[in-house]
Amino acid sequence: MSAMRTYSVAVVILGGALAVALLSLLPAEHALHVPGYVVALLGKYLCYALLALSVDLVWGYVGILSLGHGAFFAIGGYAMGMYLMRQIGARGVYGNATLPDFMVFLNWQELPWYWGGFNHFGFALLVMALAPGLLAFVFGYLAFRSRVTGVYLSIITQALTYALMLAFFRNDMGFGGNNGLTDFKDFLGFSLQSDATRAGLLVASAALLSLFYVVCRMLVGARFGKVLVAIRDAESRARFLGYRVERYKVAVFVFSAVMAGLAGALYVPQVGIINPGEFAPANSIEAVIWVAVGGRGTLVGAIIGAILVNLGKTIFTGALPELWLFALGGLFILVTLFLPKGVVGLWDRIMARRVPAPPLVAAPVRQPEAGE
Amino acid sequence: MRKFLVTCALVLFAALAANPAAADPVEDILTGFASSKYDDIEKSIDALAASGDAAAPAILDALSAGDLQVSSDKKLYIKGDDGSLKEARSGADATGEIPPGLKAVKVNNRVRRAIDAAMGQLTLLSPDPAKRLSAAASQFHAPDPAQLPAVESAIAKESDPAVKRAFEQARAAIILVKSDAPDADKIAAIGLLAARGDEDAKSLLDAATASGSPAVADAARGALKGIERSLAWWSAAQNVYYGLSLGSVLLLAAIGLAITFGVMGVINMAHGEMVMLGAYTTYVVQQAVMVAAPGLTDYALVLAVPAAFLVSGAAGIAIERSIIRFLYGRPLETLLATFGLSLVLQQAMRSIFGPTNLQVDNPSWMSGSMDLGGLAITYNRFWIILFAVAIFALLTLVLRKTALGLQMRAVTQNRRMAASMGIRTGWVDSLTFGLGSGVAGIAGVALSQIDNVSPNLGQSYIIDSFMVVVFGGVGNLWGTLVGAMSLGVANKLLEPVAGAVLGKIVVLVLLVLFIQRRPRGLFPVKGRAVES
Repeated sequence: MSAMRTYSVAVVILGGALAVALLSLLPAEHALHVPGYVVALLGKYLCYALLALSVDLVWGYVGILSLGHGAFFAIGGYAMGMYLMRQIGARGVYGNATLPDFMVFLNWQELPWYWGGFNHFGFALLVMALAPGLLAFVFGYLAFRSRVTGVYLSIITQALTYALMLAFFRNDMGFGGNNGLTDFKDFLGFSLQSDATRAGLLVASAALLSLFYVVCRMLVGARFGKVLVAIRDAESRARFLGYRVERYKVAVFVFSAVMAGLAGALYVPQVGIINPGEFAPANSIEAVIWVAVGGRGTLVGAIIGAILVNLGKTIFTGALPELWLFALGGLFILVTLFLPKGVVGLWDRIMARRVPAPPLVAAPVRQPEAGE
Repeated sequence: MRKFLVTCALVLFAALAANPAAADPVEDILTGFASSKYDDIEKSIDALAASGDAAAPAILDALSAGDLQVSSDKKLYIKGDDGSLKEARSGADATGEIPPGLKAVKVNNRVRRAIDAAMGQLTLLSPDPAKRLSAAASQFHAPDPAQLPAVESAIAKESDPAVKRAFEQARAAIILVKSDAPDADKIAAIGLLAARGDEDAKSLLDAATASGSPAVADAARGALKGIERSLAWWSAAQNVYYGLSLGSVLLLAAIGLAITFGVMGVINMAHGEMVMLGAYTTYVVQQAVMVAAPGLTDYALVLAVPAAFLVSGAAGIAIERSIIRFLYGRPLETLLATFGLSLVLQQAMRSIFGPTNLQVDNPSWMSGSMDLGGLAITYNRFWIILFAVAIFALLTLVLRKTALGLQMRAVTQNRRMAASMGIRTGWVDSLTFGLGSGVAGIAGVALSQIDNVSPNLGQSYIIDSFMVVVFGGVGNLWGTLVGAMSLGVANKLLEPVAGAVLGKIVVLVLLVLFIQRRPRGLFPVKGRAVES
């Protein structure tokens, strides 16, 4: 993909978000005014898009199907949530200046040590990026060094996020248990209730998404990216050619986790809550389907897929809530069966109509070997 | 002289006949109820209980209900609900006119307490062994030194060895709380309680360690230590039993997954929904039997097993033919498509049966429990363990002894070679998938007995089932068995130490670490497979 097209995608995202943000600041009676909830919704979609981008980087380019990326997203979100909790200060229900409400409720006397420093945004920002990165490093180092691949890897990533979900549900973990962290007041001194803050968060999400899109594009276009694709398509061959496969995998897995963590961090102030439900394995799998719908291994497809599916979810759950799971499930099946390259692949095929279309159902590429 | 003797005898007889009460101590006692003093009534109650007279329970019952009436000539009557009068002692209907001056015997709280104690004592002498046993147990749990003579006389009369042991334990409990019992007796009682060795004995001994006599306190402490040790063993054994029962549930849920994964390299994320389908089939079958043949409701479960196998198996074959067949060689895509399918199936069940939990009844032969030493063996879990083992054995037989099993193993080991030998691999795939799904349906029948039947039923077991398969090693039923049982037992043994949730997390983390060490599980399939 040309640099031209790369930057135009970034410009479209950023420009669109800026336009919406500005329109939302118009007076409410203006014809072009965008209501606040739409701004928050769009901001949420962009955070999901960033999560999808991080999944696409590891799945589309290295073939690591992570069913636990929601864990990195949620950890980043919790780091942001802890910062926002500290910002509440004495305005909580119990009026305790240092302890968040749920700790007062649980009769805790002092802040646990791991909550220290979260009143500084710089420290919180560091944790939002480093905590998911560190987890991804430890997990990835262990898994990739032992050459855990394929469905085995998928299942243990799923176990990872499941275990984290159970852990965060516990009250004595000090993260608010079942209810999670909520009732946030302001972010960097700006009230989270104001339209201007919402608009600012939307633009920030768009900027971060564009930035990471461009970085990912450069990454996969470089020699590094070629090695990643080589690992995806023939891991043993890449290894025999002398590439330290596990190092590449760990590096890209960590980078992807940081992206997911930052996406989660920006997600939390826009939806106003983070709870252990974000760790649910189903959420991680849903992120994978956004990528599949948009088009695996295309980066831009991940963004399109995330926005399309979530738009569909918003519309469906509003109009026909009981049909949503049918639609989502059907989407999983139809996309994997008939659209292996997703919406982007379909688009490319329509654009190049003169080239005879490949059969709808992909012929079996290769029969699975024993022990797979 | 002879005439004199006859006269004397006649006079004596006449005297006896004229005043039979004088010869019958119970009648004497009963006259006490005519007193207006509560003290006298209480004494009469105690005396009546000590007599063990057959009419005593009825009289005491009537007294506590306020139905006991006394006439001015101190005769007792029991008033029935319909206003009829019965003579208290004989139970015969009172004939003739209403006795003069009839009034109810007075009862207050102190009298009621006396009645309760007396009833406890009376049941010690009841002709029904079950009643005597429960009387002994109630004495044991709330020992009352005042009852010691009653218990001792009961021991002397007792012939049933089990009841006699219970009485002796009750006596030991009483002696232990009786402050003026001699030390030697107390130490003997401690020995008896130590032999009983359960939580109740422990709490009695706990109290005895505070005894004023050092010898008694020492003996109690020693006995306590022994009991604690044996209780710890029993509770560990109980946890192992729970673990085995959890393990057999996991085995049932995972074994079908192991088959499909092993043979086809396909992870079926909708496997949990096959379990759910089985549970819903159980519900439907039970409802149908209840309507069609209410007498056979207890056996609906037996009918549900083949029904669930067929429903889930057919669903499995349909899934394989319509979706999975097109995705061979792309295991990750299969995973996604089947996950989508699981969402659809869950929502379908929610739409048809509603989102709430459905009630599947335990048949009578599966409810209740039995005690095995310090173990409480619940029947439903016991049956599930047996059932899981039976299904495991059956599947092993199918895989080892049938043509289908032979072909399945051939395809597992080398798909292309098997195809070259004329095995229709596509057909084997379909049947394998059907078999695996059918077994999942059977797991659903078992799960419906211990868990809620809801659309989310499968979801709660699917991750654990994956863990079992991955832990045990793919394509190896024994691996699945060992994996399921060790995961189940590890979970339940960690639970009391770390708490249920933390225990589960620890197990998951250990598993993730284990996979790093042995990426192909406990029992990897040996072969020339290079990589996936």
